[in-house]
Amino acid sequence: MADLQGLTQLFAHEMAARLRSGETTAREIAEAHLARAHATDHGLHAWLTIDDERALAEADAADATLAGARAEGPDALAALHPLHGMPVALKDLVSVKGGQCTAGSRILEGYRAPYDAHITERLRAVGVVILGKTNMDEFAMGSSCEHSAFGPTANPWDLERVPGGSSGGSAASVAAFQTPLSIGTDTGGSIRQPAALCGIVGMKPTYGRVSRYGIVAFASSLDQIGPFARDVRDAAALLHAVSGRDERDSTSAPEPVAEDLVNLPASDDEAASWLRGKRFGVPREYFVEGMEPGVAAAIRTAVADLERAGATVEEVSLPHTDYGLASYYIVAPAEASANLARYDGVRFGHAVTDGADYLADYLVTRGSGFGPEVKRRVMLGTYALSAGYYDAFYLKALKVRTLIKRDFDVLFDAGFDALVGPTSPDVAFRFGAKLADPVKMYLSDACTLPVNMAGLPGISIPCGLSEGLPVGLQLIGPAWSEGVLMRAARAYEGVTASADWRRVRPHDLAKLAGAGLPTPAERIASR
Amino acid sequence: MTATAERAGGVLERYEAVIGIEIHCQLRTVSKMFCACSTQYDGAAPNTHCCPTCLGLPGALPVINRAAVEHVIATGLAIGASIPARTQWERKNYFYPDLPKGYQISQYAIPLAANGRLAIETSAGLFTVDITRAHLEEDTAKLAHGDVVPGSTAGRTTLVDFNRSGAPLMEIVTEPCIRTAEQARRYAEELQLVLRAIGVSDADMERGQMRVEANVSLRVRGTQPFGTRVEVKNMNSFRSVERAIAFEIERQAAALDAGEPLWMETRGWDDGRQATYHMRSKETSEDYRYFPEPDLPPLRVDEAWIEAVRAGLPELPAARRERYVAAGITPYDAAVIVADPGMTGAFEAISAAAASLPAKEIANFVSGMHARAAKSAGINDRGTAGASDPASIAVLLSAIADGSIGRPIGRDLLDRHLADGTPAADLLATVASTISDDAALLGHIDAVIAANPKAVADHRAGKPVAGFFVGQVMRATGGAADAAKVTALVRQRLDAEG
Ligand SMILES: [Zn+2]
Repeated sequence: MADLQGLTQLFAHEMAARLRSGETTAREIAEAHLARAHATDHGLHAWLTIDDERALAEADAADATLAGARAEGPDALAALHPLHGMPVALKDLVSVKGGQCTAGSRILEGYRAPYDAHITERLRAVGVVILGKTNMDEFAMGSSCEHSAFGPTANPWDLERVPGGSSGGSAASVAAFQTPLSIGTDTGGSIRQPAALCGIVGMKPTYGRVSRYGIVAFASSLDQIGPFARDVRDAAALLHAVSGRDERDSTSAPEPVAEDLVNLPASDDEAASWLRGKRFGVPREYFVEGMEPGVAAAIRTAVADLERAGATVEEVSLPHTDYGLASYYIVAPAEASANLARYDGVRFGHAVTDGADYLADYLVTRGSGFGPEVKRRVMLGTYALSAGYYDAFYLKALKVRTLIKRDFDVLFDAGFDALVGPTSPDVAFRFGAKLADPVKMYLSDACTLPVNMAGLPGISIPCGLSEGLPVGLQLIGPAWSEGVLMRAARAYEGVTASADWRRVRPHDLAKLAGAGLPTPAERIASR
Repeated sequence: MTATAERAGGVLERYEAVIGIEIHCQLRTVSKMFCACSTQYDGAAPNTHCCPTCLGLPGALPVINRAAVEHVIATGLAIGASIPARTQWERKNYFYPDLPKGYQISQYAIPLAANGRLAIETSAGLFTVDITRAHLEEDTAKLAHGDVVPGSTAGRTTLVDFNRSGAPLMEIVTEPCIRTAEQARRYAEELQLVLRAIGVSDADMERGQMRVEANVSLRVRGTQPFGTRVEVKNMNSFRSVERAIAFEIERQAAALDAGEPLWMETRGWDDGRQATYHMRSKETSEDYRYFPEPDLPPLRVDEAWIEAVRAGLPELPAARRERYVAAGITPYDAAVIVADPGMTGAFEAISAAAASLPAKEIANFVSGMHARAAKSAGINDRGTAGASDPASIAVLLSAIADGSIGRPIGRDLLDRHLADGTPAADLLATVASTISDDAALLGHIDAVIAANPKAVADHRAGKPVAGFFVGQVMRATGGAADAAKVTALVRQRLDAEG
């Protein structure tokens, strides 16, 4: 492919090997990705900020550390993190000291974070190079990236379609080979669904696995931070880099980080062999009404592939799945209504002060600073928590949440290693297709949000195409089973290594490099 | 009793006041409630003691301050409250510029301490205040209204200082069981004593470390339903607590007598005008939309933790008063001493240095001479005033008590010790060492008799001259002799002469 050559087409683990062997430098790697991001992002709009200066300084520092380690000896070199010197993109809700952090909202325009998020510190500590910040649905509320205040992101498979959301920019940038790795957050599917729609790997870890300190909150009891990559090994290594207890997040768990995340088998056969004797459940409720036939077919094929590799697969039931959406849309907006109260124009960001008093200033600031989806959810959440409605809505939703969690517990207690099903009921949809009907948009997350409600880890990996567009296979495991899920996902990669669909690259990659491409917002406007 | 309080007393024959008290106390901790920022911001430049968490920046998260939790547990134990095995945090949602997150992290459903009580002594006898709950929350920032920012074209501006934002705050709420303004004041006073004794709060009302709010309503005596409740705020001293409530009782009674309606409202106390004034209406109760704080897991308080806190509790004021009274101090003196940490400290230090000294002797000294000295010279780390030390004071008080030195000279020596800390031994050396030793006293007496033959003759003639001899002996000993003993010995000697 003429537009895609050199370093940017490689996986991070391939680049890391070249970096260590001295074939390339972290600076070359950063420069190649920065150049590609600049050259291809006009028509994609995956990025909100690309910080060349900072990235190159970090790359130089990574090269210096590498040189030091090389001089010190093999032990020092081996002690470096597998992702040392590798580039990463951060969803624009991760605080990076001195940098903008908009969370895709007008109301945070101009705000510069005065501190680093925990994961920013962790990434720096292991020598990962931060290229910039990616586009997202405002405050992570959305499944298409169309709710960004700064214009939508397109899908590299088809520029007329959405990349999914809310971490749409993080997913699209990886799918478009602008970066090998990115960070997203997932409150109801915001990593897994865009990973599925963009044909890449994305994981939402167990709640508490990654510290939320410094991540702009949407719904505190559901938010988790996780990796995007083009293969499982890279995703696992990135998860490894950001995992672990942080005293500053009281909900972060003291669970040890699974060290096998950085030791996944390189050999496809070896990886596939892991599946022998493993037991998977396929939740029948995840084959929802209105599901795209091509998606269902791809999932059935994937399940057959797992069986063929020696795994046992049984149909199982998660009986409270149907109530997931309704209860999620009580709990998440309720928490959001409080989390977003701090955007009042008093201390930072967008502020309008021509009101008659504080209240008037708040109304104008928030009225003009928040987009329609955010307002919808803040109102929904405020209502659900109001006196007289609390028991009927919020308390009831918490009870349903317990039942959803119990559904999963029953299956994992019965010995299933993981559950397998679709990530999203459909493939990437056209811009505007679900914008007019919020519930239709919410249904995109019907198979992912129960996992957030239960606090469990889930991963989406590519499993084929439906009418030419990527389909995501979701694997769900018990709490703290990220190591197992990554092995299972890597095994599936091994089993399907020679599948034809694995050789198909995003159709519109070539277009992206072309000149005179309209931005996604312009493309929509001209329709 | 003030005139207002007196009139309120009259009113109370017809109406019964129903009073509940809410007290917010700033807890004495090194850091704030949910972040590592220092609580030593008094006098600091605005916005110098803050961080992402207490500024409510995007992505910041709270972490519980264990010391603050222990302070509330300690308070709960001190008021005989029950401590739940599991407690949780809630968000209290409302918008105000002094509340950076748009919600306050507080405790709603399960307070850290519930169902306590505090006994207080009032002019009408002992009264027990039922305490509903004590819980933990965070303080707000401070607003400076009406300031004009230099160079700003805006007229009136409000400035926000976030130094106080997130400071640990304990709220203690009573049942509506209080019936008089005096009870309310005494409750606040006693609670302050307890909080100071257990070291959880400096509880200084004038400095805003202890903020008292009263809910006051009246009902016709003998009836059950509560009257219209008025919240009274801005009372910056115990005296203003009593006066504001007394005023409010009288004001409400006058309105009820006149058939005028009362409104649910918040009223402030104006110390200058000695009156409450309308601040805002409370007709519509605000909906705070409390819900469990998802950023903080529920807090488990196990028995071992509670017992560890209990083991660290010092003697409480009530128990201390009881002990003092049992030791022979009047209840009044015991109350005076226990109400003053300086006096209590001095009393304990001196008692420890002189086990056999009558408590009454120490109490008199501590609440009298010593209190005056402490007022001007302060308390040293040994617990006594200025340069003085408990051991020397104990020696001097013992010498007075056992009559080895006379009271006047004893007071003089104590004065000198309090003034410059001269050790008791050196001071005693300056007075005659005879003191109450019979042989030494007799030496002085014999010398005086020998030197005054005329007076001896007068004695033989039946004239009352014993007083003259005693005076001479006292002068000869520099006043250090036991006057009673000298008198007895003089009589004995003169009788022998005669
Ligand atoms: Zn702070």
